[in-house]
Amino acid sequence: MQKKLILDTDLLDITISRLCQELIENHGDFSETVIIGMQSRGIFVAEIIHKKLEKLTKKDIPFGYLDATFHRDDFRRREIPAKASETKIEFAIEGKSVVLVDDVLFTGRTIRAAMDTMITFGRPKKVELLVLIDRKYTRELPIAADYVGKSVNTLTSQRVLVELEAQGHKQNKIWLINKD
Amino acid sequence: MSKLSQKHLLGIKDLTSEDIELIFETADNFKEVINRPVKKVPSLRDVTIANVFFENSTRTRLSFELAQKRLSADTINFSASNSSVKKGETLLDTVNNILAMKVDMIVMRHASPGAPHYLAKHIKANIVNAGDGTHEHPTQALLDAFSIREKLGSVAGKKIAIIGDILHSRVALSNIFALQKLGAKVMVCGPPTLLPKFIGQLGVEVEFDVRKALQWCDVANVLRIQLERQQIKYFPSLREYSLYYGITKKLLDSLKKQIVIMHPGPINRGVELSSDAADSQHSIILDQVENGVAVRMAVLYLLAARP
Repeated sequence: MQKKLILDTDLLDITISRLCQELIENHGDFSETVIIGMQSRGIFVAEIIHKKLEKLTKKDIPFGYLDATFHRDDFRRREIPAKASETKIEFAIEGKSVVLVDDVLFTGRTIRAAMDTMITFGRPKKVELLVLIDRKYTRELPIAADYVGKSVNTLTSQRVLVELEAQGHKQNKIWLINKD
Repeated sequence: MSKLSQKHLLGIKDLTSEDIELIFETADNFKEVINRPVKKVPSLRDVTIANVFFENSTRTRLSFELAQKRLSADTINFSASNSSVKKGETLLDTVNNILAMKVDMIVMRHASPGAPHYLAKHIKANIVNAGDGTHEHPTQALLDAFSIREKLGSVAGKKIAIIGDILHSRVALSNIFALQKLGAKVMVCGPPTLLPKFIGQLGVEVEFDVRKALQWCDVANVLRIQLERQQIKYFPSLREYSLYYGITKKLLDSLKKQIVIMHPGPINRGVELSSDAADSQHSIILDQVENGVAVRMAVLYLLAARP
């Protein structure tokens, strides 16, 4: 198994800071914006970004997380069914700008399911997508991210492994793994 | 684990404690779903479910039907009272005819114990037992245990007394299996004529004094006297039963402790449970009904995941 480091702690800090600045540029004081992290692994990235944004803007920004399992298009097609996680959106998203946050954008199918799940809570004014890693040339649906931490050329057979301190790892490290 | 060990839900007896945990965790998510502005998910949109009821039911059938609709399944309802069963058709023929119309799942209630088990041997569709005679009523036991878990944080180590007509109750048997698998202590309480002779062999405590049972337990699950299943008289009169085994607010208050009152419905107010007890702050009866939809959604979803 070959492993290649894509982002380490220092680079990740810089990337997150840049993403936050980009968000502030577009959303100002975040009075009309909410942040929603994607279950299960996107919530850790979302939490880091949310904390940093609150620090930078000195505002309370609504934060929730969303599980898209029940809206997936591969139900009854997988050998082992996907396991659902908790959804927690304790604010209205009607008329708001939503920034959806995930760790890795791959086929785009999870994001499709997430958007369907989201509109069961209301009709947002606008939805944007932020991803830490954008895997190029692997999309199966016409979906693109508005904010990208790092674009990576990958093969479908490769895997992106995100290790964050928030998930209990020693250091923040993001790897590209070749499956043999 | 994100997969049930079983293809059917015939009884709690066949489930592992991991299966029950998986159903509960999935039901947690569905409970959140049914409290959203749009209470529906598209998961089962290409699944057709037949609700085949050979015995009367209001709550269970409504709850199943609602669970199916919230999952976007197509449903058809069948009740024996206005069907060809009256013309002499066999159970297997009836079900095979329904399945010939491309039905994926059967939810069945039948007066004969073992009817869904028999069907499971002969047909391919997933089967959910919605009550078979005096044998099992698995989804009721799951929602009861789920409600205890929700109210008290967990089921393990808790003391649960099942009070009333144990002899004719499928809810009692399924509850005993479910609660024991989750690590709870179970007691049954009722008049000796309404307790099966060898019930103690299931590892439950047996008590004839309702006051002692209430003093022992954290949760009392009160069952209805099933007059429709009683061909002979098991006690002199309903008034006498109510006098000795009826639970009133006065009795609950005199215990001077926290206690949770449950009832699978329908309640015979003034017989096994007085109105002031059923409507008191001890009662979680309506929470049970709400949880019933979420738990049934979880069961249908997890079974549909393995066609």
